[in-house]
Amino acid sequence: MRFCCEVEAIIGADYLKTMPAIETFALEKTYQVGFWRKKTKLALRQLTLSVPEGEIFGYLGPNGAGKTTTLRLIMGLATPTGGSFKLLGGDINDGAIRAQIGFLPEQPYFYDYLTPRELLRYFAALSAIPAKECTRRIEAVLKRVGLYEDAWSTQLRKFSKGMLQRVGLAQAILHDPKLIVLDEPMSGLDPMGRREVRDLIEELNHEGKTIFFSTHILSDAEALCDRVAVLSRGELRGVGVVADLIGSVKGNVEIMWHGAAAVKAVQAAGFECHVIGETVRAVVPEANVDQVIDILRNSRSKLIAVTPMRTTLEDYFMAKLSAPAEVTQ
Amino acid sequence: MINRVRAIAFNTFREAVRDRVLYNLIVFAFLMIGASLLLGQITIGVQRQLLINLGLTAISVFGVLIAIFIGIGLVSKEIDKRTLYTVLTRPVERWEFIVGKFFGLFGTLIVNAGLMTIGFFVALLYLMHGLQSSDLSILAAIYFILLQFMMVTAIALVLSAFSTPIESAVLTFAIFVVGSFGEDLRDFAEAAKGGAHYVGLAVSYLIPNFSTLNYIASVAHGNAVPAGVVLWNTAYAFLYGGAAVCAAALIFQNRNMK
Repeated sequence: MRFCCEVEAIIGADYLKTMPAIETFALEKTYQVGFWRKKTKLALRQLTLSVPEGEIFGYLGPNGAGKTTTLRLIMGLATPTGGSFKLLGGDINDGAIRAQIGFLPEQPYFYDYLTPRELLRYFAALSAIPAKECTRRIEAVLKRVGLYEDAWSTQLRKFSKGMLQRVGLAQAILHDPKLIVLDEPMSGLDPMGRREVRDLIEELNHEGKTIFFSTHILSDAEALCDRVAVLSRGELRGVGVVADLIGSVKGNVEIMWHGAAAVKAVQAAGFECHVIGETVRAVVPEANVDQVIDILRNSRSKLIAVTPMRTTLEDYFMAKLSAPAEVTQ
Repeated sequence: MINRVRAIAFNTFREAVRDRVLYNLIVFAFLMIGASLLLGQITIGVQRQLLINLGLTAISVFGVLIAIFIGIGLVSKEIDKRTLYTVLTRPVERWEFIVGKFFGLFGTLIVNAGLMTIGFFVALLYLMHGLQSSDLSILAAIYFILLQFMMVTAIALVLSAFSTPIESAVLTFAIFVVGSFGEDLRDFAEAAKGGAHYVGLAVSYLIPNFSTLNYIASVAHGNAVPAGVVLWNTAYAFLYGGAAVCAAALIFQNRNMK
């Protein structure tokens, strides 16, 4: 009971109302390292996390934070040394559960001598997609991930990293899974490709799919995610709703105006000014906004913008990385 | 279940037949058969014997090399390159993956051996201007070679399930070489005393006895292969191969992916 209350405090009561697509309970992984395998290395410490169905969840962390380890554990590719987890309310070792999950590994690599069409036919057979539906579905997903028809019959060894990433996405959604787990889905893609993948993730989410993806590219997470978790050195540092994190006012306001006449007066009032050509920028506390605007009005300067400074996901991320390892919302 | 195993086997076969290593080795095997034909023509009296000896040895050695080169990549290379991740996260059991891989590679070896056998019989026909009823025993020797391939594939699979591709290749080849002297190893164990006797016996029974499957020299001399030998060798190879595939599946079941 105490544990449930703690979980509720960590992830928020509203999120527990829908069935979690992913639930981990004190999930842990340690590796034996060294020649005699006597030393232990902690890759993931006591991860307790819940991702409700229908959410886009970003799993953030710097390189080596333990993101890929977590994904390997929840996908059943490695065995946890502690804790437990559930996917779609069931066990990953159950074939019926795995049939509802799509997975894209980091920097996917496929069989060199197969074409995308052959590879997807192979995966379709493994996912028990009826033969009748196979061709139609393969062509549909290849088009959906932006792989052009002339590449469908080219062997994968001739593909660029970005094209392989698209094939990886195609295989992850081929069997119409409920839960899609993506490890660094934007890696290797050009800006256009990243935009297309972002659109695809949003589309899939609108179709009701839960997306759990790891990334260290914060702009992607900020643009896509409902919630994010920050992981560092194998420890969960925080979980938050993106809209809340980037919406909270820092207490400062950025004021921009045209004309250097007011600069001295604003500086005399104790605020620093940055002059770029004819444009001047000052960041002032919220309580002093009226005072600065009065100065600008008196000096007949042209006001351009008054913008409250908001926290970015990067601010949150950096704060969580430097904070002690205690999970806070 | 059968559909998944079949899909994995077919995919393994397709990957293997598109691999250049395979064709290089097949070309070398045909060159060996061609060379034995040439040697046979400049040798008096023993042309047939020489052709059978060299031809079947070429089929055997190059088949084993194919089994090793492709076999080592069956699991370890898939883990290294992470191609396995997208397979095992589907409704596929790990043992199905192992069994599918085994049948895929063994199927590749059967097709290759079939091609090389055709090449060999064409050479024999050319050299002897006809075939004899005793040439049927050559087919028995080739069947034994196939049984060897089955065992080598299974061993490569076991080693590949827990070691790196290079380690698997070296170990599989070493086991093949030692196993080719299986009878000598057993004789040595019998003759040894004390601890060496028991260690030798254990090793000789653990390592596959490939020498019992080598009937190349015998059929080259025109000897027939007794039906009992065919039965015993078949039973031995199937039991050993089956046990090795089960061991590979067991090891792989608990293997953590990198």
